[in-house]
Amino acid sequence: MSQVPTDRVYSDSHEWLLDNGDGTATVGISDHAQEALGDLVFVETPSIGDELSAKQACAVVESVKAASDIYSPISGEVVEVNELLVDNPELINGDAHGEGWIFRLTIADPTEIEALLDAEAYGELIAED
Amino acid sequence: MAHRTPLFAAHQAAGARMVPFGGWDMPLHYGSQIEEHHAVRRAAGVFDVSHMRALDISGTHASDFLRYLLANDIARIKDPGGALYSCMLNPSGGVIDDLILYRRSADSYRLVLNAATTDSDLDWINAQAEPFAPVISRRDDLAMLAVQGPEARAKALPLLSADLRSALEQLKPFHACERDECFVARTGYTGEDGLEIILPNEQVIDLWQRLLNAGIRPCGLGARDTLRLEAGMHLSGQDMGPEVSPLTSGLGWTIAWEPSERDFIGRAALEKQRHAPLAERFVGLLLLERGVLRHGQPIVVNDQGAGVITSGGFSPTLERSIGLARITAEVTDACQVEIRGKRLAARLVKPPFVRHGEIKIPR
Repeated sequence: MSQVPTDRVYSDSHEWLLDNGDGTATVGISDHAQEALGDLVFVETPSIGDELSAKQACAVVESVKAASDIYSPISGEVVEVNELLVDNPELINGDAHGEGWIFRLTIADPTEIEALLDAEAYGELIAED
Repeated sequence: MAHRTPLFAAHQAAGARMVPFGGWDMPLHYGSQIEEHHAVRRAAGVFDVSHMRALDISGTHASDFLRYLLANDIARIKDPGGALYSCMLNPSGGVIDDLILYRRSADSYRLVLNAATTDSDLDWINAQAEPFAPVISRRDDLAMLAVQGPEARAKALPLLSADLRSALEQLKPFHACERDECFVARTGYTGEDGLEIILPNEQVIDLWQRLLNAGIRPCGLGARDTLRLEAGMHLSGQDMGPEVSPLTSGLGWTIAWEPSERDFIGRAALEKQRHAPLAERFVGLLLLERGVLRHGQPIVVNDQGAGVITSGGFSPTLERSIGLARITAEVTDACQVEIRGKRLAARLVKPPFVRHGEIKIPR
């Protein structure tokens, strides 16, 4: 059974977003998503300074089998990317909600966060899969 | 609803992630595709390939029929027990499918078809068969397991009947033997030694469980794909297809041109191509930068389109991305592959990439 931490919100395309409380948020993919993808072998992160809009494809994770786009859950400017993923994409398999985070961005519009799914709603969504 | 093999419940019990494949629900992996891949390279793994379909062909003119149906020549197999890899072509020389054919006796053969194309292959075969009147029997009553890896035979043989075991100890690669209803071939699609076992549906659950109990790891379609790619083996529908000649799909070696009086479907079209300089050839590629090669990515040389990736993926053994590609004939060494708008450097290599556990290309 996939973990769904309650300290963050989720998109219906299986990204999670954690409000860092300093005007930025951290983004990754859910445990459910990494489990579905299988062994990850390559991650293409966005670049620092990229201006993203909500639901924009901005990163790619590749499993042994296929490539999958990652979408930004909200709008904002990328301020940090997880450099460790370059050599260790499997960090996402091991700890999708922690060490396997993908990028951080500024929160351009806080109301976009309210439109995302809480843990309970996301848990129901993946239970249907 | 998708078809299920007799092992469906056993897969679930082993923790399989099931996915749709060619009209069947099949295991993709049982936890880690990469670990399953390594198990086959280093020890032994077992794949349920019961979605592939055995077809028995017999009759007085069965040999003549197969010599007409297939581009390779079954007359090359002199003795019962021999196996042959061949393409089945259409009249324009395109590849309908690839298959392995076993000779069981003078007038009796077994061939194994790919799952996704079983029905259309069978329609095609039946349509060509009429003048030869062979008996064609689709064996939906048989299941198939592939046990592969350097320890596969040592681990699997003790589980088979004593009679079969003594025959299998002597069995050469690419040969088969059978006792009662159990047909065992020393073939496979992973680049490792191993066995393919065809047996009645009602016997397969028991054998599967005994193979697992003997320490053989269950492996899914995911590992099968990375293993066959490392072994440089072709995937029907990706590396070859009905629109493409075997001569530009790296399968020229499977065409038996001699004897010249043997007519086979597609021969006339291939004869025309045979003596003309080929515009394209089939190669292996090693990606020199980070990324993953995938089917359909374009190849670029000197800013010009120069070919396409036909099969690509991550090689767990090399820990790099590798691919098979169709490329313009004059390219010999370096090229670029366009992946999501970026051009990444790649080098041409000669497949196989990995065979019998060893890396075969310069790194």
